Amino acid sequence: MWMAELPAFVPFFIAALLAALSRGVLRATIMLVVPIIGAIQLYLLPETVTVQVVFFDYQLMPYRVDKLSLMFGYLFHLAALIAIIYSLHVRDTLQQVVALLYAGSALGAVFAGDLLTLFVFWECLAFSSVFLIWAGRTQRAYAAGMRYLLVQVLSGLLLLAGAVFYVHDKGTLQFTYLGLQGAAGWLIFIALGIKCAFPMLHNWLTDAYPEATVTGTVLLSAFTTKVAIYALARGYPGTELLVYIGAAMTCFPIFFAVIENDLRRVLAYSMINQLGFMVVGIGIGTALAVNGAIAHAFNDVIFKGLLFMAMGAVLQMTGRINGSDLGGLYKTMPKTTLLCIIGAASISAFPLFSGFVSKSMVMVAALENNFNGVWLLLLFASAGVFHHAGIKIPYFAFFAHDAGLRVSDPPNNMLLAMLIAAVLCIAIGVYPAALYALLPYELAYSPYDATHILTQTQLLFFSALAFVWLNLRGYYPPELRAINLDTDWFYRRFFAAVIVSVFARLTRLDRAIRRHVMAVVYRCLNLLARSNNEGGVLFSRSRPIGSMVMWVAVLLAAYLFISFVEHF
Amino acid sequence: MLSHLPVLQVIVPLMAAPLCLLIAKPKWVWLLAITASGLTFVLSCLLLQQVVAAGPLTYELGGWEAPWGIEYRIDYLNAFLLLIISAISTVVLFAAHTAIEKEIPSKRQTFFYVLYLLSLVGMLGIVSTGDAFNLFVFLEISSLSSYGLIALGKDRRALWAAYQYLIMGTIGATFILIGIGLMYQMTGTLNMEDLSMRLPEVAQTRSVFTAFAFIIVGVCLKLALFPLHLWLPNAYAYAPSIVTAYFSATATKVAIYVLIRFTFSVFGLSFSFTALPLQMIFLVLGLSGIFMASIAAIYQQNVKHIFAYSSIAHIGYMIIGYSISTVAGLTATLLHVFNHALMKSALFLALAAVIYRTGAVYLYQFQGLSQKMPLTMAAIVLAGLSLIGAPLTVGFVSKWYLLIALIERGWWPVAVLILLGNLLTVVYVWRVIEMAYFRPPLRQQPVDHSKQEAPYSLLLPVWILVAANIYFGIDTRLSIQVAELAAQSLFGVRQ
Repeated sequence: MWMAELPAFVPFFIAALLAALSRGVLRATIMLVVPIIGAIQLYLLPETVTVQVVFFDYQLMPYRVDKLSLMFGYLFHLAALIAIIYSLHVRDTLQQVVALLYAGSALGAVFAGDLLTLFVFWECLAFSSVFLIWAGRTQRAYAAGMRYLLVQVLSGLLLLAGAVFYVHDKGTLQFTYLGLQGAAGWLIFIALGIKCAFPMLHNWLTDAYPEATVTGTVLLSAFTTKVAIYALARGYPGTELLVYIGAAMTCFPIFFAVIENDLRRVLAYSMINQLGFMVVGIGIGTALAVNGAIAHAFNDVIFKGLLFMAMGAVLQMTGRINGSDLGGLYKTMPKTTLLCIIGAASISAFPLFSGFVSKSMVMVAALENNFNGVWLLLLFASAGVFHHAGIKIPYFAFFAHDAGLRVSDPPNNMLLAMLIAAVLCIAIGVYPAALYALLPYELAYSPYDATHILTQTQLLFFSALAFVWLNLRGYYPPELRAINLDTDWFYRRFFAAVIVSVFARLTRLDRAIRRHVMAVVYRCLNLLARSNNEGGVLFSRSRPIGSMVMWVAVLLAAYLFISFVEHF
Repeated sequence: MLSHLPVLQVIVPLMAAPLCLLIAKPKWVWLLAITASGLTFVLSCLLLQQVVAAGPLTYELGGWEAPWGIEYRIDYLNAFLLLIISAISTVVLFAAHTAIEKEIPSKRQTFFYVLYLLSLVGMLGIVSTGDAFNLFVFLEISSLSSYGLIALGKDRRALWAAYQYLIMGTIGATFILIGIGLMYQMTGTLNMEDLSMRLPEVAQTRSVFTAFAFIIVGVCLKLALFPLHLWLPNAYAYAPSIVTAYFSATATKVAIYVLIRFTFSVFGLSFSFTALPLQMIFLVLGLSGIFMASIAAIYQQNVKHIFAYSSIAHIGYMIIGYSISTVAGLTATLLHVFNHALMKSALFLALAAVIYRTGAVYLYQFQGLSQKMPLTMAAIVLAGLSLIGAPLTVGFVSKWYLLIALIERGWWPVAVLILLGNLLTVVYVWRVIEMAYFRPPLRQQPVDHSKQEAPYSLLLPVWILVAANIYFGIDTRLSIQVAELAAQSLFGVRQ
């Protein structure tokens, strides 16, 4: 195969260049064809491919295909195709070019066989995706994008620092199992943790994603965090710490999601919650658990993408995204409503929908490995998901009180993209064997046995009951036009205020000291000027040179002094 | 012919300079200067090839044998520096004709080329000679011509900056001369190799220690090591922009060469690093240079000032590599000498293009410039990324090697500090990019739209340098191999 050696990101980068130079139908064709060709190429690949080059003194592996990376490769091609179809109506060169670059960088990252290549694509991801946020072209979007970029670059720097330590310890840059050993392991772990939205490191996600453009958010939701999940699955499977981090990630966003008004931000929180399931799976580290995590990543991209697309459609058609401003849209947007409900059913893991077949794998693995407490937390989180993503999103957008909006369904390309995602959700739910065949580890697992179905159905039923009851009694947190404080309040307000006040005090002190010192200096200068009787103007020009020469003298004296003291 | 290579380097521009005065027509003078500089570039390529193939070359000037006569000696280090200087000088000269059109009155343009060639002579001479006093002579040639070049700046403050530089440069050169004189007094020789053999006998005398201290301080002044950097920002900012592009890539690099040559080859490793706690002093000064200069760069309003301070910060990186005093550390320094020359010449040349078209040197004047001059601004962005050390650019290569060298030595707190300092680079580069890309253009009188982008005579050299920034960031064979060879031979690991 002449194409086998061609890394998967190359077609995307070439297409980005072509897309920048073309317009209209031609550009649309290029953008549609690339993911299809790329996927076919991946399909035709022999089982394992590695490309090696020598860079500096190191053996690098910019392209490595094995079952784990291949799985994410397919996923990203699929996600790119859906997102591109969804954005066909957009007439914005910047967004379209950046979308291709972004998808290409994600592919480059999952097929990177060494840490340096990974770092390069890690930074490419950051620098391409930020333009999807800036493409909103508002001051808010610009500021959010800046914060996003800062965090992402920090993550890249940590990764680079980790790579430097790693190469020093091991003498190689190959990206295989890392584990939490030494500085390298921890630095890379934190770098991945930022991208993966670990608790307290998650603020960039909920801050930036809702500010991106309608189509940008769909893309963003597919790639960045999933690359991090891939890297965790590659470098840290079986790290017990991840189980607890993941469990925390499944639970804490629920509270924020329930009170949040911006429906896209609700989805951003629910994204962290879903990432939590994957992180738990990777942390448990058995074949079943890692398979579950990866299968869940696959499904999450599709159903979360579907939900983001549905909310994007709402935003696009109505111009509003706050739950308090929406409602009653089912009358005029029946297709979007239906598709959104399918996405909601998938994310809540209804039997026969895709979420069910992957989430249950992680939960079973948690029980099998005696993480009983974690299992309970996951159960709670599952109920919470149904609450905020399964019911809240469709209910407030399409039903609830009628906001009087009468807009039609979105353009056909958006509907088509959502339809593809919805069909996939159901297909995977009904016939999970197809998905299981792609997973990296062999296993015989059947999600459809009586216990699973009963547990899940009961859970969902009671959760729905709770929602109905709370809503009828008026206890359910109403959708308010308010901004909820997340932990980033500490980063953005509290610490900022502390620093500002400290600096203000320091500045005052500094000014006082300086005034005193300068007063003394000026008094001396005046004295000199009066005694020399030549006027103070003389000093203003000659002082800089004087100070330079003084430094020379100081340095020379210091050198001489030190050497004489040491040797004579 | 080939056996005369080492001296031809210096002779060619030295002959061309007075010839320029005779011709006196700017266009022809320009062509002659390019030819001369291009010739030295070819010669330095040949030299490098010969050195790599057959080891160090020596040349006896006038047939006088080494300790008595003046000897030219080219080893890996010299050949590497010669290549950098002549290459940058040639590329910059390509842009010179257009760039000085608006900055230097036509009747003075000939003088510009004469001075330019003389300073080239000086720098190439410093790098190729093997005689300590001869080095001082060339140092004076290059310094005197650079004072003249800086004073040619359009801004009246250029005169003042040149004057400051003159005083400081003269002090530096005098210190070096005092050092050389003391060494001569103690050993009776001026040849560097001879000195290195005779100095150990008298190493424990006050005179030698004093000589060493004077030379170190003099050289530090020339290379603008913090806190002896004060002359540099103004000299760079008010000089004609083409001169800035030229000096930023060559002058301080030559000073680094002199430092390495004196400490490693003349005084010898064991003396240099025991006479003074040189490692610690340089490490502290280098680190504080990185932070102080980067912070100063962040607050500058004049874009040339921003990048001038950035140069001081980058000298800090080189000095830190030097202070590690391992083969890996010195390799990192030499690599950064090469890479920094590429970044800064690209940046300052792109600024020259901006100044040529718009006259803008202040940050606020850069607002919306990306729409007017997309190609030039794209070059600034790429060169800026290289300065930051983004992967696939030369900046990344230097940073990587420096970090590895630091960690090998076990100085990882320094590595962390360097990464932090690097974040400051992001800030000051970002300020320029933000102005150019995220602000609407300044409202001005309507300009002719066909004359927005810089002319090709400027764009071409800029993009050659930017391409080099990327090419040598990917294909690192040349730079790393030669830097490694040079470092190894200086440490005596390889003969």
